[in-house]
Amino acid sequence: MATTQKDREFLAVIGDEDSVTGLLLAGIGNVSDDAEKKKNFFVVDAKTENEAIEKAFDEFTNTRKDIAILLINQHIADKIRFRVDTYTQAFPALLEIPSKDHPYVPEKDSVLRRVRRLFGDN
Amino acid sequence: MSANNREAVFPTRMTLGMMKGKLKGATQGHNLLKRKSEALTKRFRDITRKIDESKHKMGRVMQTAAFSLAEVTYATGDNINYQVQESVRSARLRVRAKEENVSGVKLPSFSSYYVEENSDFSLTGLGRGGQQVQKAKAVYSKAVETLVELASLQTAFVILDEVIKITNRRVNAIEHVIIPRTENTIKYINSELDELDREEFYRLKKVQDKKARDTAAQDAEQKKQALEAAAREEKVGHAEATESADLTADKDDDVIF
Repeated sequence: MATTQKDREFLAVIGDEDSVTGLLLAGIGNVSDDAEKKKNFFVVDAKTENEAIEKAFDEFTNTRKDIAILLINQHIADKIRFRVDTYTQAFPALLEIPSKDHPYVPEKDSVLRRVRRLFGDN
Repeated sequence: MSANNREAVFPTRMTLGMMKGKLKGATQGHNLLKRKSEALTKRFRDITRKIDESKHKMGRVMQTAAFSLAEVTYATGDNINYQVQESVRSARLRVRAKEENVSGVKLPSFSSYYVEENSDFSLTGLGRGGQQVQKAKAVYSKAVETLVELASLQTAFVILDEVIKITNRRVNAIEHVIIPRTENTIKYINSELDELDREEFYRLKKVQDKKARDTAAQDAEQKKQALEAAAREEKVGHAEATESADLTADKDDDVIF
């Protein structure tokens, strides 16, 4: 467990073009050195199929072992809400972030909903 | 019910001792686990409160960041997204996980660090809007730091949630299953042992009774025999006595004191 945690050193993003660009500017982007040229970000636009999002989600959460935190835009998380809500692994940590066009709604956040439920208020 | 809810053991003194040891261990374990659960819950509450705060803070920070990115897009033209995405090589901002120990539970906490030699988009926006790009970079770096902090809180939250559930399950299992069952077993063994004791006592009584009866009978027999013997002897003695009486009688007149 400790070794797998140590290997996780990247952040990954699934988001719209602007969010991804901003985060890449901060310097989180990484393209693997090997022939596959795997990126740690996935850009979603209006035309992206939900299956493709799910595939990227799977890749970042299950297949790749070098990702510590997965950031996902909240409106994209909504598209695969079922997958996000049933995601219970500790690693990588899943974080829903607001996007430019979609203000942040705490009520939709899977973790925050659990927090709220535990405190018993709304 | 008590007959069903107990362990399948032979009621012996040794098992009784074992069960008593087990009960003691279970009580102690229950206390310890309860305390652990309380410590974790306290930590958990702190974390949930922090998460709540940070999530709202994140909302604000991301809004600022999005605004500065809009400035960049405005200053540099439309192809900035494409430019940035294509110039990604190796991550400059990375995270490392540290472990923190809260009553035996390892909670990871992420911290971000920069690998300085990696590309930092110094050429992006060289033509125009370079200042905005640098500003956006700074703002987004701040935002990512907030996100990383939030992520470690959230991971801790998920792990603690799980561990607290397990601990509470154990506490309840010990409290409601193991301790009553062990107590029942002890009660059962005690009652069985008492029963055995009573049986043994009764048996001893019986034996004593029998022995007393036997001795009494024997005594009576002996007495009878003794009496008979005495009677017989007396008879013989009597005969002798009569003879001797006769003798004495005979002598009586002769002997002069």
